[in-house]
Formats: sequence, structure tokens, C-alpha cells
Amino acid sequence: MTDQPTETGLKEWLLSDTPQSVAQARCQRLYLAWLSFSANPIAMLGLTIIVVLVGMAAAAPLLTGGDGTEQALANRLQPPSIAHWFGTDELGRDIYDRIVWGARITLYIVGLVAIIVVPIGLLVGTVAGYVGGWVDIILMRVTDIFLAFPRLILALAFVAVLGPGLENAVLAIALTTWSPFARISRAETLTIRNAEHILAARVQGASTARIIVHHVTPLCLSSVIVRLTLDMAGIILVAAGLGFLGLGAQPPLPEWGAMISTGRQYMLDQWWVATIPGLAILIVSMGFNLLGDGLRDVLDPRSGGTS
Amino acid sequence: MSQDTVNAKTTIEAAGRISRSALPSRLFAIAKHGFSILLTFVGLTAITFIIGRVMPADPVLAIVGDRASNEVYEAMRLQLGLDKPLIQQYLIYLSNILQGDFGTSIMTTRPVLDDIIRFFPATLELATIATIFGVFLGIPMGVLAAVNQGRLIDHVIRIIGLFGYSVPIFWLGMVALLIFYAGLGWLPGPGRIAVYYDGIVEARSGIILLDSALQGEWEIFWNALHHLVLPASMLATFALAYIARMTRSFMLDQLNQEYILTARVKGLSEGAVIWRHAFRNVLVQLITIIGLTYASLLEGSVLTETIFAWPGIGQYITTSLFNADMNAVIGGTVVVGICFVGVNVLSDILYRIVDPRSHD
Amino acid sequence: MDKPLLNVENLSVSFDTPKGVVEAVRGISFQVGQERLGIVGESGSGKSQTGRAILGLTLGRVEADRIEFDGINLHKAPARTIRAIRGRRISMIMQDPRYSLNPVMTVGWQIAEAYRVHTNATKREAKQHTLDMLATVRIREPEKVYGLYPHQVSGGMGQRIMIAMMLIPGPDLIIADEPTSALDVTVQLQVLAILDDMVRDRGMGLIFISHDLHLVSSFCDRILVMYGGQIMEVLEAGALDQAEHPYTKGLLNCLPDIDRQQGTLPVLRRDDAWMNRKGGAGGDVP
Repeated sequence: MTDQPTETGLKEWLLSDTPQSVAQARCQRLYLAWLSFSANPIAMLGLTIIVVLVGMAAAAPLLTGGDGTEQALANRLQPPSIAHWFGTDELGRDIYDRIVWGARITLYIVGLVAIIVVPIGLLVGTVAGYVGGWVDIILMRVTDIFLAFPRLILALAFVAVLGPGLENAVLAIALTTWSPFARISRAETLTIRNAEHILAARVQGASTARIIVHHVTPLCLSSVIVRLTLDMAGIILVAAGLGFLGLGAQPPLPEWGAMISTGRQYMLDQWWVATIPGLAILIVSMGFNLLGDGLRDVLDPRSGGTS
Repeated sequence: MSQDTVNAKTTIEAAGRISRSALPSRLFAIAKHGFSILLTFVGLTAITFIIGRVMPADPVLAIVGDRASNEVYEAMRLQLGLDKPLIQQYLIYLSNILQGDFGTSIMTTRPVLDDIIRFFPATLELATIATIFGVFLGIPMGVLAAVNQGRLIDHVIRIIGLFGYSVPIFWLGMVALLIFYAGLGWLPGPGRIAVYYDGIVEARSGIILLDSALQGEWEIFWNALHHLVLPASMLATFALAYIARMTRSFMLDQLNQEYILTARVKGLSEGAVIWRHAFRNVLVQLITIIGLTYASLLEGSVLTETIFAWPGIGQYITTSLFNADMNAVIGGTVVVGICFVGVNVLSDILYRIVDPRSHD
Repeated sequence: MDKPLLNVENLSVSFDTPKGVVEAVRGISFQVGQERLGIVGESGSGKSQTGRAILGLTLGRVEADRIEFDGINLHKAPARTIRAIRGRRISMIMQDPRYSLNPVMTVGWQIAEAYRVHTNATKREAKQHTLDMLATVRIREPEKVYGLYPHQVSGGMGQRIMIAMMLIPGPDLIIADEPTSALDVTVQLQVLAILDDMVRDRGMGLIFISHDLHLVSSFCDRILVMYGGQIMEVLEAGALDQAEHPYTKGLLNCLPDIDRQQGTLPVLRRDDAWMNRKGGAGGDVP
């Protein structure tokens, strides 16, 4: 067998039954997972939507005329037309521009929440599961308390105190979202901690910290990622809800939830101002759910996807 | 006695031993559970305490508002005991809550608890009706999808479920109002009841449908029912989607199990296999899901009530938020939180009763 | 033995996977009379799929010239006919009672259900029959066991319950798919003894699927050796030492013998050439 995978040989290399290296085995697993994933049209639809979202956010300056904040009061509340694909809002701003730039805010919120929530959840869960005893009991009590709280309402109370703003909203959402990840990590850790390779690592003298970080955490990752993708739609909806109540990104930022709120009073005659941002939220939310479902089918095939 | 009868006897005796020793261990399990719930409740109040008293720069100002006089300000300062150590402040807070004292609302100048009792039934009404619809429509949909996995009906149901699960409910409410109220005129606009009917029916249970029916005021009943349709439908969409999705997932799990093969080998009809065998196993898990749905709807009503001007606890909290009425916000949060915990506890108890595996 | 109970001709079972089509069973043919036929093979040899395909319960695609039982071609029969046959005429015992019994129903109820499906018995009659059946599989205190749940019974008892459940409608042919593989060795012998008695008393045909050549050779009359979805060889149980196929001989050599002096155990040799022999006839009923 040649060392360099050629054009036709690449597929053979990826499908061979006897991988020659760890790297090849990993590539093979990824490729098979991809085959399984891409065979699922629903999952691919979700992936497409998210890719479009990210593309939109990244290429916002290229796709739009302005940055969605220039007002032109003479031009207010115009219906969709060639000049303004989605019409204009109550301050004459182009809604299409605002939607595209709003994608950045959506990604910002989702990304920031993910960055906060995943490490904390993993840390709490793996430590609780691995160390056990009192540490486990205390950590799980705390997790359960946050889990018991209704998300939106807690976020509301939080923002009520801290004051409205994008970062405060992110913090509030993160506070209410991390618990399930701790639960999942702990559950996985409990299954793994008695595995032989962990025992072997302990025998070799690895410290608890090292075992948790290097051995336990990577095995929890796939469940956590699936859960994260499935939760993302929920995060977006809560963020939109906060925005709708005026508690998230402040004007003139084009946050989709806030756009619905301001457009609400013009709903009867100029429906596009409030309807279109809602459609954007719907589509992105659906995209994340589809993606999450697809990932779950691939990574955990017995939990109810198409076989 | 042959070996297998010895084995049989030991197993039966063991089973008997289990059920005999279950009683004291069951009580212990219940006690442990009760303690756990108590701890969650304490944690809940601790968090709201931190949010309401510890986090704000000036907690007194947050409660009395900036239009309060100096005397009121000072009086509140003393009442809160801000000079005392934090733990003591918390204990005062906790004991107040246990006595039902959530403070007074700036907005309505009434005790917060009174306000909450006034507004809660409206939310309960919405959540209950929406959950019922979600259960009776969502479960059959989920089963249908699972049984026909991969076929068209499965995809259709999955997409409907996906929609209901992903849509921002408050936006859907707005669009529904636009179409069915402004556009087609089939249904009335925001509000729980027409303005001219408000207050006619004596509020005995707080639920207009019940009160008006009991008093024979059928015109008011129908009016209230018409007003209920849209907001309840919005919440029901979410409930239906969530329940259908979970039912489908659980059913697919069960249909892959060995005992389903056994049932088919016995020659049972597909209907018996699906409903008598697979669904019985799913029912147990669905109890938890229904509980979660109900709790989520309590929360989801926050935004729906805003759109439909529905005088429930969700609207109470948001209006208080805009008026910087901290007592009301915190009080409402605690009450909803308690309901949340309560519903979950109830479904947990039901689960344990119904699942034979958790009896040991 | 004059007329075979079951006549299988050119049976194939295939599955679609991301890596391509996998043929679990490739065009095999065999017959089963009122005898005990053992099907032996390693994992992936297609033996379990064969058993399931007979009852129409495999997840793969089944192709066959005929699967004939009592004059009915099971392969082409309508669903209602097949459902009438399942349990009542052909039954199947599965491997692990922890998974093959419904966890939220009492074992007694499940056995009674197997009876009521094919008869018009009342609940009381069915319960009585169930209790009788539990006694027949040597379970003491059938009344108590009737009300137990599957997680409350041991492995051996669970399999006896399984046997009771599958035999209560009085089938003519029973397929046992690794019935003792999930049990401890001592319990295995007890369960087999019960199965032995019942098959003999009722004059049933038995297809015994296992990976254990030793077990099958002591329990069955004829043995089908399967590998890679095909039948390699058909043997009389007593004539194992006359095996001709290299795979069978290899299998026999793998069994450690306390009387034989041996240095190292031989490794089973697998030859791809065997896979190219299309089909493999299971021999006619003698």
C-alpha cells in the first residue's frame, strides 16, 4: 500500500478495514460519521442553514449596503421592494441590512454562552463524578438548584438587577444553561471512572487532575456537544425573548428579538417590520435543532433517529 | 429436591425478603427525597436573595423606588436589616417567605402575595389547557411517527414538531393575531375577556371559564373561551411539538428492544405490539415529560401573556420589571420557581408509583 | 422421518450499510423434520438471521425460492397467515430473558397473553394454563412467580419462563436462538434438560442455534455448520469425527480435550475460498 493517498486511493484509504496509524483510524471514524450524517437529509438541511448563518455573519459588510443603523426618516415603513428587499422599519433603516448584521449578534450570543457554559459544565460534572463523596453531593445540589429554575424567569430577574445589555443577557442565559452539561458530564464520568484504562493511568501515577483533563473529559465531549447543539435553539429563543422585552442588546443594535418588539406596534399595517426578524429566528432555531438531531443520530444512533 | 427447585425456592424467598424489608427502607427513601426537595427550595430562595438583595447596588432603592420619601427609605432599610450580617438578612428573608410575606408592590401598593394569588389562575388556565392539548395530540403523533419511521408521515410529523419546538412563541402569537384577529376576524383580540364583561362574574376560583359556567353566565363563558383560543393554541403548539418529539424518541427506543421481538414471535398484532407492549414502557417516561412540559408552559406564558395582554403571572412579572418593582419581580420568581419544583416533584412521585422497577 | 416440517430453499438475507451491502445469509437450503437440528457457527456466520428469517422477523432483506411450512410458503404468505403461524405453529426462544421479556408486565401475564392470542380462552382459563405450564418447566410456587416482574427473576428461571411462554400455544417447530448462552454453566444444563423433555414429550421439531459445537453435538441429531452465511457441512451428531470440511475439522480441533495431550491449541484457519462456494445445501431429511 502506498504512503500517499492518491485521488482514487483516498476513498480506499478512508474505508480500509486495517488502519495503519492512529491518525488514519481517527480520519476513518470521522469519515464514516460524515457518511452517516450526510445520508440524513434533515441533518444536512440543518448544517446548511447554520453554514449560511455563519457565512452571512462573516460576510456582512459584503452582503449589505450599510450596517443597518443609518436612519432615513423620509423612507420609513416602506414595504419590501427591489431597493429594500425586506422593506424599511420605523426609522427608515433597511431591514435586510439589519437582519444580516443581526446574524452577528445572534452568533455572538450563542458563541459566548457556549464558551462559558461548556467548560463550567464539564468541570463541575467531571470533578463531581470522578472525586465522588462530599464534593459530588455538594456540586450536584448546586447543579440541581440551578436546574430547578425556570430559565427565562431567572434570566429576567438577573437582568432586572444588573440592568439591560447584551453582556448581562449573555451572563443571565449562561447561568441558567450550564446545569444540564454538568449532569451529562457527571453521568458519563461515572460510567468511565471504573474503566480499565483509567485504572491503568492511575497505576502509572497520573494525578487526579491529569486523569480528569486528559482521559475523562475527552470521552464526555461528544455527549456534551450533542446536547449543546440541541440547546442552542433554546438559547436563541431565550435571547430573543429577552431582546423582545428590551433586556438584551440595546438600540441601535439590530438584535432580532428587539426588532420584533419595536415592530410590534406597526404589526397591523406594516407587518414586515416585526414578521421578518421572527422568521429569521425561526429558521436559525430550526437549523440548530436539525443539526443537533443529526449529530445525535450519528454519535448516539439508538436514540431515535432514522437508522 | 433437584437443583433447580432449590434455585427456584431461593429466588422466590429472596423476592419475598425484598418486599418485606421494603417498608422501612421506603420510608427512608421518602425522607431522603423530602430533604432533597427542601434543600432545593432553600437554594432557590438563596439565589433569589442574592439576586434581589446582594447584587443590586442599592437594594433598598430597588424595593421602594426612586419616588419614595426619606422616611419610607429609612423604614425599609431597617426592615431589611441591611446593617446585620448577610446570613441573618437571608434568614429574615427566608422566614418572611415561609410566612407568605413577599413584601409590598410599589405598583399596586398591595402585598405581593395578594397580587400573585390574583394573577396566578389565569396562567394556570392557559398552561393546563395547552398541556392537555399537547398530550392528547402530541402522543398519538409521536407514536405514529415512530411506527412509520423513515416514511412520509414520519417526516411530516417531525417537521411539525420541529416547527413548534423552534418557533419563538411570542412572534407566533403576533402573527396569529394578525391573521385570525386583524385579517380574518375569526377570533377576538388581546385580553382575557371583552372589556364590557370584565368583573361581572364573581371571581370564586379565579378561572373565568369555571366561574362563569358555575354561575350560568353562558355568554360570558363563550366570550372567555374565544379569548382563550389563540394564546392557548400558541402554548399548545410548543407542548404538542415537545411531547410528540419525546414520544417518538422513546417509542423508537422501545421498538428496538428484544421484548418487542418476543411479542411479535408470539403472534401478536402490530397494534398490540405497539400499544400494549412498547407504549406501556414509554408511558412511564412520558410522565416526567408531561411534568416538564407543564413547568415550561408556566414559564413560556411570560412572553405569551405580554402579547395577548393576558393578566397572568408572566405579565405581572414583566410589568413589574419595567416599573423596577423588585419585590414583585423577586416574589413572582420565587413563586414560579416553587411551582416548577412542585411539578417536577409530583411527576417524580407518579413515576415511582407507576414503574415496577423502582419498587425495590 | 417422511415429510419435513420445514423446507428452506435458497434463503438469502442482506442488509444495507454505509459501507455497502452485507450478505448475512447467502442462498442456503435445508430441511427440518421432527428432529433436532443444530445450527453452529461463529458470530456473523448468519445463523441467528436464518432463524429470524424463517419467522419473517429479520430487519434485512429476505430472498428465497421457498420457505415452506406445512404446505404454506412463508416467504410469500400474507401478514395475517404469518401472525397466525407465529407462536401457534412455529415459536422462538431468545437468548437473554433480561431483555426478551417486557419489563413492565408480570411474567405470568406475558405467558397468559401468549396463550390467549391463539385461543379464545378467558383470563381465568389462561391463568390456569399458565400455572400448569410454569409447573411443567419445574418452577415451584407458580402462583408466586406468576406475579413477579422480569427483573425479579434469575437468569435460569427467566429462560424457563421464556420456554413456558413459547411452548404454551403448542407449536410444532421451535427455534432456540442461543437459549443457554446467557446462563451460568450449571443452570445451562437444567434449562436444556427441561427443553429436552418438552421437545420429546410433544414431538416437536427443534432448530437449536448456537456457537457451542460441543453443546449442539450432545443435544441435537443433525448439525449444520455455517460460516460466512453459507452452510459448510452437514453432519450427524454422532459422526463428528467423520467431518470432512476443513472448517469443521478446525472447529473440532479448537475444543480443548482433557484427555488429549496438547502443546498449544491449534488456531482456527479461515479460508476465503470457502466463501466462494455459492449456497451450500443442508442435505435432505434422511
